[in-house]
Amino acid sequence: MADEIELKTAPADFRFPTTNQTRHCFTRYIEFHRCLAAKGEESYECARFAKYYRSLCPGEWIEKWNEQRENGTFPGPL
Amino acid sequence: MIVREWLFLTMAACDAAEPWQLGFQDAATPMMQGIIDLQHNIFFFLILILLFVLQILVRALWHFHYQKNPVPQRIVHGTTIEILRTIFPSIIPMFIAIPPFALLYSMDEVVVDQAITIKAIGHKWYRTYEYSDYNSSDEQSLTFDSYTIPEDDLELGQSRLLEVDNRVVVPAKTHLHIIVTSADVLHSWVVHSSGVKCDVVPGRLNQISISVQREGVYYGQCSEICGMNHAFTRAPET
Repeated sequence: MADEIELKTAPADFRFPTTNQTRHCFTRYIEFHRCLAAKGEESYECARFAKYYRSLCPGEWIEKWNEQRENGTFPGPL
Repeated sequence: MIVREWLFLTMAACDAAEPWQLGFQDAATPMMQGIIDLQHNIFFFLILILLFVLQILVRALWHFHYQKNPVPQRIVHGTTIEILRTIFPSIIPMFIAIPPFALLYSMDEVVVDQAITIKAIGHKWYRTYEYSDYNSSDEQSLTFDSYTIPEDDLELGQSRLLEVDNRVVVPAKTHLHIIVTSADVLHSWVVHSSGVKCDVVPGRLNQISISVQREGVYYGQCSEICGMNHAFTRAPET
């Protein structure tokens, strides 16, 4: 191949070493939104968290959480 | 005849259930190879123990048959043999347990730098797969559903009740991170050749780390009762 395709995805987080990755996905989502709240909408560091939670969390969960955030009913420490 | 059979055996690996199959399907990952090797190891010692016990049993029945041995002996206890037959059967499983524990802990090793994350979402009675590593927004995942092809729509050469319309395509020889969840009830995502069996729970994400070592098409079936078409839910990957 002319150019190597680099495969990258959310790395394994040592805070969540077990099979159950539910909290991992939730934590990444919250980290992203906290980063946005702290640093503003267009910051580059936050894009990293966005990639992580998009890799880990199913699309339906993300849609549901986005709706909850808009309604103000999101059950997490944003 | 013989040459053709030999060629056939080396070209086609068993990656799907075969009729009257007794053994495992061929391994495609180091994990499955470890499981198969462990089974062969333990089975060897199992047969040795079985033959030993059968021999004792048959000998006792043969030599102490009531016609050949009309007067039974009244032995009540024998301390040495009782001690030996307690200690040896305790030690043997201790040794047999060493390889399984080694395999179990090595299967739990966390791979830090996975190359790709694939999400498999179980529905009644199909799968949805999402590849979202390269999204630039929340809505852009590569997502598709994977339904079992009904018998009427099969083409010549396809396996009945194993083929699906859209297979999961994964890169070979790379560390995969597969995250499974369910949208409705319990399912289980199984690919036999890869040594993967993971229960799929609604509201929970379970992760599986595998590294498929050879190219091929691997078939899997749902392994947790999930309703009417549980027997017809599939998970083949390419």
